[in-house]
Amino acid sequence: MPVFEYAPAPESRAVVDIAPSYGMFIDGEFAEAGDGKVFKTLSPSSEEVLSEVAQAGVEDVDRAVKAARKAFETWSALPGSERAKYLFRIARIIQERSRELAVLESLDNGKPIRESRDADLPLVAAHFFYYAGWADKLAYAGYGPDPKPLGVAGQIIPWNFPLLMLAWKIAPALACGNTVVLKPAETTPLSALFFADICRQAGLPKGVVNIVTGDGSTGAELVAHPGIDKVAFTGSTEVGKAIARTVAGTKKKVTLELGGKAANIVFDDAPIDQAVEGIVGGIFFNQGHVCCAGSRLLVQESVQDELLDALKRRMSTLRVGDPLDKNTGIGAINSAEQLARIRALADAGEAEGAERWAPQCELPSSGYWFAPTLFTGVTQAHRIAREEIFGPVLSVLTFRTPEEAVAKANNTPYGLSAGIWTEKGSRILWMANKLRAGVVWSNTFNKFDPASPFGGYKESGYGREGGRHGLEAYLDV
Amino acid sequence: MSERLSVLKTYKLFVGGKFPRSESGRVYEVTDAKGTWLANAPLASRKDARDAVVAARKAFGGWSGATAYNRGQILYRVAEMLEGRRGQFVHEVADAEGLSKSKAGLQVDAAIDRWVWYAGWSDKTAQIAGSANPVAGPYFNLSAPEPTGVVALLAPQDSSFLGLVSVIAPAIVTGNTTVVVAAEAAPLPALSLAEVLATSDLPGGVVNVLSGRTAELAAPLAAHQDVNAIDLAGAGADAELATELEKAAADNLKRVLRPQPVDWPATPGTARLLAFLETKTVWHPMGA
Repeated sequence: MPVFEYAPAPESRAVVDIAPSYGMFIDGEFAEAGDGKVFKTLSPSSEEVLSEVAQAGVEDVDRAVKAARKAFETWSALPGSERAKYLFRIARIIQERSRELAVLESLDNGKPIRESRDADLPLVAAHFFYYAGWADKLAYAGYGPDPKPLGVAGQIIPWNFPLLMLAWKIAPALACGNTVVLKPAETTPLSALFFADICRQAGLPKGVVNIVTGDGSTGAELVAHPGIDKVAFTGSTEVGKAIARTVAGTKKKVTLELGGKAANIVFDDAPIDQAVEGIVGGIFFNQGHVCCAGSRLLVQESVQDELLDALKRRMSTLRVGDPLDKNTGIGAINSAEQLARIRALADAGEAEGAERWAPQCELPSSGYWFAPTLFTGVTQAHRIAREEIFGPVLSVLTFRTPEEAVAKANNTPYGLSAGIWTEKGSRILWMANKLRAGVVWSNTFNKFDPASPFGGYKESGYGREGGRHGLEAYLDV
Repeated sequence: MSERLSVLKTYKLFVGGKFPRSESGRVYEVTDAKGTWLANAPLASRKDARDAVVAARKAFGGWSGATAYNRGQILYRVAEMLEGRRGQFVHEVADAEGLSKSKAGLQVDAAIDRWVWYAGWSDKTAQIAGSANPVAGPYFNLSAPEPTGVVALLAPQDSSFLGLVSVIAPAIVTGNTTVVVAAEAAPLPALSLAEVLATSDLPGGVVNVLSGRTAELAAPLAAHQDVNAIDLAGAGADAELATELEKAAADNLKRVLRPQPVDWPATPGTARLLAFLETKTVWHPMGA
């Protein structure tokens, strides 16, 4: 059979107009940092500098919190039906500008346009639609007849889904009547600043949404600021623990969405082709920069060879490269720092005796890249089976009985997600019951929806985002 | 004829369904509100606290896996057994809190009624805290609450029995297992409750009761890597201690219930019940 090569299918960059520099967004205005400090944000696929962004300091954070406090008085007093309309407007504008935002997100983050266009942006709009509808129905949410907002929410989001994490944080906060100060990640600040412009277009009152840009130090200032009533954080477990220590003894309410080391468990009766798609999507979606990624494949010993052959065949068809090419399956690693971490852990996997495999694939010469990688012969003691790699690296372990699968799956301090692949319904329900994880995908993986609660057990953090459960984080209950 | 000499009781800890003395061999004097000696209570050590966590972890699988109906029956059984020993608890609460017999009686009655109230919650929490989620795709998607695991409970210092029951019952009815640090100055009602729990079909290890210095026992519990949550009620009077414990709890991201003033006789609401639950969401494709 002849092999047809892919022709280049680049999405146009012309739909997005990136300014050479951006201020942060405080009280409805873009502003420089008080001390004039800036940092650069670049495209991880080319290392091209996209723009310069203000590095917020102590005083900038303080100004943003004060603006949010002032806006809280009027915003929380608005009838829920009016708040709802603002959120519906935002959702609509996001839909209108979704192509522009998808290209921007792929440029700044390195993720394939196929994912930013088909996964991130539709979910971003859906989150605002979902929570818009709650704003005037909070009395029915199960938190009492008249639940109150908390006040000012300080929100810190990661670089893996910059705009989606913003939507997860801002939509429920505003629906409940809170105002927010949000800090996007240092490597991916641009879509949040474009969102500020969407707030302006929607006529959102000044100070309701404030965006402070900066690194971890800006985030730490925000968490420690006495003027905030609520901390919402998505990111690493290590930083989550530091935040939990900072807020100890205060009245600040906290929700943390942290790391994971999910087991994707495949039984011998699983539909192999579907399972392989689920495994590939589970670990290689978004370059593996996913806290709920299925990074530990637990395969029943009797189908190990068959499954691994199919998996390797499938992995050989993955296309790594230009994020803006519509045929790209795996984009760039988000930063040099993250690439170094992935390399170090993969090297540790080899050093500790696991067997490394990656398909033949040519990586671009500039930018940050890591080929989709598989480790076999992994034991539970290996670092690659215990630590979150946050990259396109899959560790394969085996089991014989369902009990052993459960024991190995739960053998981790994390508890965010898990996957089960089997045709046997009773086994799915039994396993789902036994797994200590906040989200269990059976015969599917990495599905998200604004109506569905998401969040972890154990060291994967506390609180839930999404659904009715997600409202609790922003109400005084 | 000489007056009969009463038989004094040796109070012991309650760990894993058994009644050991403290491994440290230590005791401390417990007095009534006027300072009169009542008994020597075990002064539990850090090792006792760790042993209690091991017992609670061991009991978690069975207790969380029991049916809600079964857990409800057992909580109701606790109320039945307490009713039969009401007099003893009235006596102990009156001594511990310096109350008249009639006022202590009200506390004990309220505590018994609280077991009944929580017994009824066993098969209802999933219905009020769970949900079917209408996702935009062909998926079955259901969220249900589950117990968070081993919960350390610092029993309130201001209510030796009603307060104690009010922190234990909501934690265990949903399937958590617990290590309870009794009120420091008034531990006897808690140690006697253990005798009731031991004869109420409650599996060993679901509730473990320690008496001693709250601050000394709370520190290893807050830092323990195999404890999933901590209720700081009993540290409420000492803001500095509560803050230190919350910081230690951050090390494995324990769920923390911060201390707050509570009107123990009032109907509790669901806050304590829901504080030690996780939400699990299960997805499955739908198609013919």
